[in-house]
Amino acid sequence: MKKGTVIALIAAVILIAFIPLFLLKDAEFGGSDDAGSVVVEEVDSGYEAWATPVLERILGGELPGEVESLLFCIQTGIGVGIVAFFMGRFVERKKQGRGD
Amino acid sequence: MTKQQKHRVLASAVLILTLGVAQNVNAMHIMEGYLPGGFCIAWGVICLPFLWMGFRSIRKSLNENRRVLPLLAMAGAFIFVISSLKIPSVTGSCSHMTGTGLGALLFGPGAVSILGLIVLLFQAILLAHGGLTTLGANVFSMAVAGPFVSYGIYRLCQKGGVNKRLAVFLAAAFGDLFTYCVTAFQLAIAHHSDVSVGGAFAKFLAVFAPTQIPLAVIEGILTVLIIAALETYARPELRAAGFLKEER
Repeated sequence: MKKGTVIALIAAVILIAFIPLFLLKDAEFGGSDDAGSVVVEEVDSGYEAWATPVLERILGGELPGEVESLLFCIQTGIGVGIVAFFMGRFVERKKQGRGD
Repeated sequence: MTKQQKHRVLASAVLILTLGVAQNVNAMHIMEGYLPGGFCIAWGVICLPFLWMGFRSIRKSLNENRRVLPLLAMAGAFIFVISSLKIPSVTGSCSHMTGTGLGALLFGPGAVSILGLIVLLFQAILLAHGGLTTLGANVFSMAVAGPFVSYGIYRLCQKGGVNKRLAVFLAAAFGDLFTYCVTAFQLAIAHHSDVSVGGAFAKFLAVFAPTQIPLAVIEGILTVLIIAALETYARPELRAAGFLKEER
């Protein structure tokens, strides 16, 4: 793939991801899951959620927002680390002419 | 600034922004306790054969050639990264991608069910995202149904002689979208006491689908990019995984 194409595609991804943020200034950007549970309420008004997440039960309440973002960062970090580690090895291997 | 520095600044800006935006707890997956017990068990049982198949397929490809291990790790890590990024969408709510298309294309849909299960367990236990009772249903939608659609679309495109990059894009994007259709279906058959099943399905779909369409496009593009990168730098591994045909 040409370098220009790659950059254009990356730019497209960034635009698609962030344009809504600037277009819809009043939107809350809550999760679509929350919206999902609102619909459950609508179509099945008698339903009560019968289980709560394990961690919330242990903590006796919701996970603090900051800690949650920490956990999400850890998840992202683990993933990026693995991808980058192997990609780095592949790139270096090709540079030394041992790849293929 | 050199070009490389600019790229780095851009990449870190994207990372910071994305993580900064990701404030909301629940973005996708059926939440803990939101399916009646019978449905939880049923979806779990439906997943079992797929997980067994996935376990065997992973063991088989590793036995045949240890070289695929880095690719397998990368496919799993890709799901990890992509499903942790919650992205704002045109409907004013956030959702995240599934990342399962890549693994399905490289290793077949069976193997992804195991990778997806690991990610969903992590999120259900630590992040209160999805849930243990709804694990079966979520595994089915994200790690079974979506990857199978991705794989099917890719195969069809190959037979039809569609451009390979386009085929990868379509496979990843529609697999992602299909996951949410399945989630809507799973919720609808469990919750329709006040309206018909079809009506409930339409309502759930209306919540999930429009939010997901732009994200499915992003997932398609990212999958194309990573496959292009692998084709440049990791041809021996791709051949070992059977993604590229033997050239010798």
